[in-house]
Amino acid sequence: MLCERCHERPATVHVTKIINGVQTAYHLCEVCAKEQGDVFPNPFLMGSPFDFNKLLSGLLNMESSSGFAPVTTQVQTRCGTCGMTYNQFTQIGRFGCPDCYDAFSARLEPLLRRIQNGLRHTGKVPGSAGERQQVARKLEQLRRELQQAVAQEQFERAAQLRDEIRKLEQGAQ
Amino acid sequence: MSLADFVKRTISKWMKETGPEDDIVLTSRIRIARNLKGFPFPTLATDAHANEVMELVRQAAENDAMKQLGRFEFIRCRDLSPLDRQMFVEKHLISPDLAQQEKQGALVLRDDEAVSIMVNEEDHLRIQCILPGLRLQEAWNVASQVDDALEQTLTYAYHDQYGYLTACPTNVGTGIRASVMMHLPGLALTGGIQRLLTAVSQVGLAVRGIYGEGSDSFGNLYQVSNQITLGESEEEIIANLMSVVQQIIEQERNARKLLMERNRVQLEDRVSRSFGILAYARRMDSKETLERLSDVRLGIDLGIIQGVSSSILKELMVLTQPACLQKYYNRELSPNERDVRRAQLIRDRLRMSDTEVHG
Repeated sequence: MLCERCHERPATVHVTKIINGVQTAYHLCEVCAKEQGDVFPNPFLMGSPFDFNKLLSGLLNMESSSGFAPVTTQVQTRCGTCGMTYNQFTQIGRFGCPDCYDAFSARLEPLLRRIQNGLRHTGKVPGSAGERQQVARKLEQLRRELQQAVAQEQFERAAQLRDEIRKLEQGAQ
Repeated sequence: MSLADFVKRTISKWMKETGPEDDIVLTSRIRIARNLKGFPFPTLATDAHANEVMELVRQAAENDAMKQLGRFEFIRCRDLSPLDRQMFVEKHLISPDLAQQEKQGALVLRDDEAVSIMVNEEDHLRIQCILPGLRLQEAWNVASQVDDALEQTLTYAYHDQYGYLTACPTNVGTGIRASVMMHLPGLALTGGIQRLLTAVSQVGLAVRGIYGEGSDSFGNLYQVSNQITLGESEEEIIANLMSVVQQIIEQERNARKLLMERNRVQLEDRVSRSFGILAYARRMDSKETLERLSDVRLGIDLGIIQGVSSSILKELMVLTQPACLQKYYNRELSPNERDVRRAQLIRDRLRMSDTEVHG
């Protein structure tokens, strides 16, 4: 089959568009296909227009496009644990390791604001993190009591509290 | 193997059992993403990392807390044939991506197939619970219990501010994706579907075809799911989705009522023709299969077709997929042969009584 536009080269690109139920088929050569802008408005969206990672990396790259304030730091942000750069992340749409979240937090937060509902997790907490939070709360309370005990010159009580705090701190590490 | 035996062996809990609102809601599914602390995400994982993660998960799947929740089996992708992996995809137990992870991927499966855990897909763990009918809360409870049980032995990557950390920031926080598979022929026939889908996407939910992102919707089947995972609790996410799903159900019921009142004869003609075609045709492609099954299921729900189980749609939409067909006929089939065999399987199944299959 020859390209239906130039009638010279063989048609290698076959596209079927369905818009509002109206089906249109195109059979073009590669050269004409590239020139026919409206057949593929964006070559990256060809094939799977809803590939989420592609949409996401589009969203990420918007940050550095002209409509947005230029990114001031020219230094490549890199995750110290896995070595992934922010640029690599914008290309694949996925992080390399859990530490990337802290490494890229400054640039991640505007993105999270766009795609999520806020920046703070309010759901389920793992058992171990729950324990950690409990220990932290208990420590805070003991330190307050210690200050009070010192202020009231109850040194025996203060020594007891100090030992308790030490024990908890060691346990937490 | 007889067809009855094959059906018995192949169908999962979600395909044969019933549930609330299951004239419209086929399944409720909860998937939670979890990652292990101290390992790169699967994107960057070497084979050694992947092996270590698989070993940790295998051990966790055997811990006492997991034993309380049912019989789980750990299966490495490399120990499954490509055909078996594809069959798991067709049964919605694993994703097409995991099926590709021959070397690094694994799967933990509960014997009723209501719970499956994908290992080393996009995240280290994807815990999934799939139940028939509208049972999101129950599915969440089950998935969350499995999550707690695994955590007895595993340490998750968790951040005090961002919550559960995931490879893609679209899943961070709760890591939850709640989705409901709906059959909406009434809205499709009365033309209300496009308006509804637009409205749904405007309230922060996603609508997809049944085979995930970017797939077309055949057979009037749609998956509605949450998009946001951070800043809302699991309960809020499920409640939001539930309230939208309830509204869609109501609209679908109204549409069906309207069709019965105003276009009864056309509707009866349509569903009966489709039934006739399924019962007698000699060639069926998968797209037509889903369309005809959708009509027949509507006919069953509205009492036009009697004596056929309503689970026929869920059952046949899976059993007529390419890998299932090849498994049943026990050989590789070209697309042309598949169309012939598919028609044969459907004819045979429609002539069987449900007691033969569901015992």
